Amino acid sequence: MVEGDRMSKEIVISPITRIEGHAKVTIHLAEDESVREARFQVVDFRGFEKFCEGRPFYEMPSITSRVCGICPVSHLLASAKACDEIVGVNPPKTAILLRRLIHMGQMIQSHALNFFHLSSPDLLLGMDAAPAERNIFGLIEKQPKLALQGIKLRKFGQELIEKVAGKRIHSSDWILPGGVQWPLPKTKADYLLSNLPEALDITLKTIVMFKDRLQGFDEEVVNFGNFPTYYVGLVTATGGLEMYDGNLRVVDQKGEKVADQVDPAKYQEYIGEAVEPWSYMKFPYYKPLGYPDGIYRVGPLARLNVASYCDTPLANAELKEFKELGGNVVQSTFLYHYARLVEVLFCIETAKKLLENPEILSERVQAKAFVNNYEGIGVAEAPRGTLIHHYKVDPQGMIRWCKMIIATEHNNLAYNKAVTQVAKKYVKAKQLQEGMLNRVEAVIRAFDPCLSCATHAVGQMPLEVQLIDSEGKIIDRKTR
Amino acid sequence: MKAVEKTKVATIWLSGCSGCHMSFLDQDELLVDLAKRIQLVYSPIVDVKTFPENVDVTLIEGAVANEEQQSLLKEARARTKVLISLGDCAVTGNVTALRNAWEDGDRAVLEREFIDNSDVNAQVPTDVPKLLKKVRPLHEVVKVDYFIPGCPPSAGLINYVLTELLAGRTPNMEARSKYG
Repeated sequence: MVEGDRMSKEIVISPITRIEGHAKVTIHLAEDESVREARFQVVDFRGFEKFCEGRPFYEMPSITSRVCGICPVSHLLASAKACDEIVGVNPPKTAILLRRLIHMGQMIQSHALNFFHLSSPDLLLGMDAAPAERNIFGLIEKQPKLALQGIKLRKFGQELIEKVAGKRIHSSDWILPGGVQWPLPKTKADYLLSNLPEALDITLKTIVMFKDRLQGFDEEVVNFGNFPTYYVGLVTATGGLEMYDGNLRVVDQKGEKVADQVDPAKYQEYIGEAVEPWSYMKFPYYKPLGYPDGIYRVGPLARLNVASYCDTPLANAELKEFKELGGNVVQSTFLYHYARLVEVLFCIETAKKLLENPEILSERVQAKAFVNNYEGIGVAEAPRGTLIHHYKVDPQGMIRWCKMIIATEHNNLAYNKAVTQVAKKYVKAKQLQEGMLNRVEAVIRAFDPCLSCATHAVGQMPLEVQLIDSEGKIIDRKTR
Repeated sequence: MKAVEKTKVATIWLSGCSGCHMSFLDQDELLVDLAKRIQLVYSPIVDVKTFPENVDVTLIEGAVANEEQQSLLKEARARTKVLISLGDCAVTGNVTALRNAWEDGDRAVLEREFIDNSDVNAQVPTDVPKLLKKVRPLHEVVKVDYFIPGCPPSAGLINYVLTELLAGRTPNMEARSKYG
């Protein structure tokens, strides 16, 4: 199947399921049928960077929210921050508090979705469980109590977004350049505070459960995308975990800072993007190291690797425990699951602090202005990592050019390295079994890619595994 | 008591943002009730990789934007009794179809992303499903039985339609959905 290589054979896993997007994995085999390389291919593309051209800048939060239905709030925020720069104003303090608050809801619901709805069937029912059961409905049947907890935790995050911004998904009426459209009524703040203890309780119990089970996954911890890379994420001025604002920090595979407190508006000095002909997802790389050596990871694992501390007590204690797993940095992709739970804890504690801050109820939530700058860059930490929106406008405020680097894209080089590592360890082409391939998919689920985001696009085709020789003859085939 | 056979439901995600699937999950605790009555036989959240035969209801999110999606949609239609366009991209093309405003929208979006806005190996990917010239809503490709508009449709609306269909009734969308 690979042109110019007469002896190559490949296995295709398509579509990759229980991830947020359209993708497949192609496993290339050497002559002796050992795994040579695996590729993670993204197979859809929509084209926001072009079709936003000509739209008024203030429409950008609404339009780009539609990049992704899983983390629409992150797009709303990165976009609104780019628009804040275009109008050249600082939103009032309460608007910032409210934006931070819904971002906590976003993180909680998205992380709960990955953990409970998408990944827990592997973790709780087993990598080799029957494919027809390995999903949230299977979980409802086999472990109803746990499934319900997952549903409730995700609901807490979604309701937080809904109560503050009016709608759970694409709440674009609420966000504005320069602030937000309406304040938070006390009744709604009280409602959210009353539900918070249950969400906290579920999270703490889930962390205990995960840590208990972690011993049973020793092999996965070692083999699931466990390799050295750089890590990138936003941190506060004092190096704490940050999700809405802050500056970029880059650490190397030993945890040494190679760049710190970088103004995110300078992202282009640090991040370049490469293209490969076999995927609709680009390959960002750390510019000082070049392509493809500049492999780095973003998202929960990376954020916990770059952050020196969390400014909430429970999450900070958990962060210390997390960091002990890896010395200075935790390299195993499998531990994204743990990192996600630590972040949920941080977000629930932070939401509580925000909701208890009397300033969050202030009615001054908007600064008004029109175009004062022709360029704006907005950067935030989305659930899956650093999200960059960059716009240029004309004097009337119409978008002339835009670029987005999406959380999931940053990890593209790492996905490919991870699927290769797992395929080499588990896939035996001569005796293919479904569970082997599910492990390849599971490492991707651990990253939690959001491909609707990544391709500013997003699926589904048959899983058909074929062994194909260089003449295109099918030697073996498995479907599910 | 004889066990009632569950209704076979499938969901498909074509070119869209997954927001409609998230709204499906926003049924929250109602999912537990739903699990007693339906069997999810194919979906991005289920590990079944081929679209099965004899599906009772298929909900489809997203517009038709590439060749692979077009053939999956036709296959789903042939194997489904009731096919539903879920959300504005499926119903009208919506945001996914914004590229249709360009004469050669498929080429324009690819060139901007992969050539203009890239630093290394700038090229349009070729070993991937080919984009269609124009993005299309589902009913321009296959017969659609029901439409659930919204960006995304609310969880309540999705639950209403499923409940009506499971009870053997015809959902009435009037007054339950409006533009915007």
